[in-house]
Amino acid sequence: MFEHEGLSKEFEFVTKESEIKHIGNSIQNTSLKMQTIAFALIQGDQDTVGELTKECLEEGISANEILDNGLLNGMSIVGVKFRDNIIFVPEVLISARAMKAGMAHIEPILSESGIEPQGKVLMGTVKGDLHDIGKNLCIMMLRGAGFTVYDLGVDTSPEDFADGFEEYQPDVIGMSALLTTTMPNMGRTIQYFEDIGLRDDVRLMVGGAPVTQEFADEMGADAYGESAVDAVEKAKELIVLLKDLRD
Amino acid sequence: MVQKLKPNAQKILNDIKNNKIFLLDGATGTHLQNNGLEPGGCPELMNKENPEIISSMAEIYYKNGSDIVLTNSFGGNKYRLRHYELGDDVFELNKLSAMLAKEESEKYTEKFVFGSIGPTGEFLEPLGAVSESEMYDAFATQMSGLFEGGVDGFLIETQIATEETELAIKVAKENFNILILASAVYDKGPKGFFTMFGLTPKESLRIFFESGAHVVGTNCGNGSEKMVEISKQLRSFTDKPLIVQANAGIPKIKKQDIIYPESPEFMQEKYKELIINEINFIGGCCGTNSEHIRLFHELIRRHNESI
Repeated sequence: MFEHEGLSKEFEFVTKESEIKHIGNSIQNTSLKMQTIAFALIQGDQDTVGELTKECLEEGISANEILDNGLLNGMSIVGVKFRDNIIFVPEVLISARAMKAGMAHIEPILSESGIEPQGKVLMGTVKGDLHDIGKNLCIMMLRGAGFTVYDLGVDTSPEDFADGFEEYQPDVIGMSALLTTTMPNMGRTIQYFEDIGLRDDVRLMVGGAPVTQEFADEMGADAYGESAVDAVEKAKELIVLLKDLRD
Repeated sequence: MVQKLKPNAQKILNDIKNNKIFLLDGATGTHLQNNGLEPGGCPELMNKENPEIISSMAEIYYKNGSDIVLTNSFGGNKYRLRHYELGDDVFELNKLSAMLAKEESEKYTEKFVFGSIGPTGEFLEPLGAVSESEMYDAFATQMSGLFEGGVDGFLIETQIATEETELAIKVAKENFNILILASAVYDKGPKGFFTMFGLTPKESLRIFFESGAHVVGTNCGNGSEKMVEISKQLRSFTDKPLIVQANAGIPKIKKQDIIYPESPEFMQEKYKELIINEINFIGGCCGTNSEHIRLFHELIRRHNESI
């Protein structure tokens, strides 16, 4: 399959035809080094990912190439394995940590050259809710996937979200809630952005244990992240749409 | 430390051997929110500041048929309480929660109290930053408070992280001589039921019983239908005591109001299968109320009278 045997084995976990095509094409013509990075990321081997990324940069391989052909290819397979119950939250977190080890070398170069990372996300648990397990998981995953994430913490009021928006200018705002009683504050925050005329400037995403797609629709959210991995996918989709709009 | 179980704990185990089913209570959180807990307020602080509400909750559940009421201590560990700057009050708030429920239970001859122990919300090393010994101490403090307040068992519930659950069981086992119940949350994925950390119901039975739990099971995360499915799986792998507590469905929103869709009658019908699957401890999780408990009691009483 691919030059890297281990990665070829990992690729066997990808079973949906469209994904075999998409991820397969993306890996197919990459160098052995890139495949080694992707494999190390899937294995959660942060030392190897960090070292190889640094080495490649020193050899003159572009930061973008390492990101797209190494790190993100690995992350795609991690996402598939998670969705299909082959790996679970701990393994995903460890891979996200490996991604971060690579990003530590890549990010400074990307920002120097004026290339934005994946995008900027502002995260918070909504007003009245002090639960941050889910939000923190999402933050780890988003950072792992190359997003710049600003964390507003827990008990975030609509006004705090708006202040955060003004300060950080994120592409996406992610709201989390664990309590059924605080879920409506997601809707209130969305309404607040309408009221102050910022609704069209940002994409609003929701998630949390009791939150469903139906609820997200009812609230007028732009996306619902079913899990931390899904949140990353949705954030990517939202940013693509947003960039299309801006262009 | 191997110590003889305290009499109440031993009695419960003996009764289970004689096929008695124990009925637990319904939701705590929703009850407290309907009785003055502000969104974002600290439920455990009510043990101190609104003890009458906590006592009356226990009273209502016992009156409607609960054999066992849970303490208001789900988030009573230092990691959760320090969000409210109550990190130093762990022992006191847990002890109060137990004393309040215990006082109500003692109005009856055969009613019991289990101490509720929820997840810390932290990850153990190497995934997270908390060391095993630190979390051990955190659980020990919470459990000491509950134990001093007079609980008959610890319900380590809504668990998602395998090592954390094992650790909590270990703390209970090494320091206290009351019942240990371990209950995890399962999600149905393309390959069946798993916890967020990848444990199947079958594996959880092995791991949690080996760690020293007397009772293993599931709560939260699912409505009664899926909980019946999980209960069937659990029972197919063990003869040991099991606990199951379902949510009243997955919450829906109707005009700013949050509705749990499963009515007491609906759940009562589904819960017949929990009895068929020989689940020994049955109760309700999020969204269940005293009416749910009253109807579960009808079912369980019929069973207990027939043994």
